Amino acid sequence: MAPETKHLEITLETQVDSVNLAEEMCLRVAEAAGFGEDDCYRIGMSVREGVINAFHYGNQERPEKKIHLAIDLTSDKMIIHVLDEGIGFSLADVPDPLAQENLLSTSGRGIFLMRAFMDEFDVVPGRTGGAEIVMAKKLPLDEHSGPNGQGNRGAAPHQKA
Amino acid sequence: MSLHATHRDAGPVTVVDISGRITLGEESALLRKTVRGLLDDQRTKIVLNLADVNYIDSAGIGELVSAYTAVKKSGGELKLLHLTKKVHDLIQITKLYTVFDVHSDENAALHSFQ
Repeated sequence: MAPETKHLEITLETQVDSVNLAEEMCLRVAEAAGFGEDDCYRIGMSVREGVINAFHYGNQERPEKKIHLAIDLTSDKMIIHVLDEGIGFSLADVPDPLAQENLLSTSGRGIFLMRAFMDEFDVVPGRTGGAEIVMAKKLPLDEHSGPNGQGNRGAAPHQKA
Repeated sequence: MSLHATHRDAGPVTVVDISGRITLGEESALLRKTVRGLLDDQRTKIVLNLADVNYIDSAGIGELVSAYTAVKKSGGELKLLHLTKKVHDLIQITKLYTVFDVHSDENAALHSFQ
């Protein structure tokens, strides 16, 4: 029996409203998956930052380009993909926002926040030629499992019959 | 719009009471407009009261830094008051505690200006 992965994806316009939409969508999935308030905050913030990155840096705020958001809920983690249609970038080229010379910069903290708030974070070349942010948060241990061990996470993945 | 900002004068200091989320878009723009408006009115000693701000994203952090820099360039000072835990943690992990003068008591904030 292979573990079931729930998959959800949406294509977003390159506009500011997409940031809120992506955050709300991921928050609903995270809450249904059983994440607590603090983890939901971290996941929501990371999704915001990923989509802001795609909107501003990747797609250069060009409305004809799209932002592709996908969520995979596996048996042990929630994985979020944010793909833009830009030219891609390397993490090695991203300035350290904690460096003294960058502290007064008005931008450049998004990658840092995603790294800080998620358990896994990477940027890979996307199928569009743009950058694909891939980040994951481990599912919380279910402390309220019933006697049958099924727990109470409404959207938690199940084993296929 | 999920951000509201009003301001009141306390002698030479202006306290801006902000509530909501400081995020990318209209919310960050409102903060920028509020601070720039105060500077245009020669109000250069500013306290941002963030007691009712429970969420800031990287764009909001950038706007706070931009406000700090603009006030400083005008010869004034900008200080932060009453950070909620989430905002405090953000300011901490981004090392902006080394930039901003942060207060938890309004009277102390008002009297800290030179």
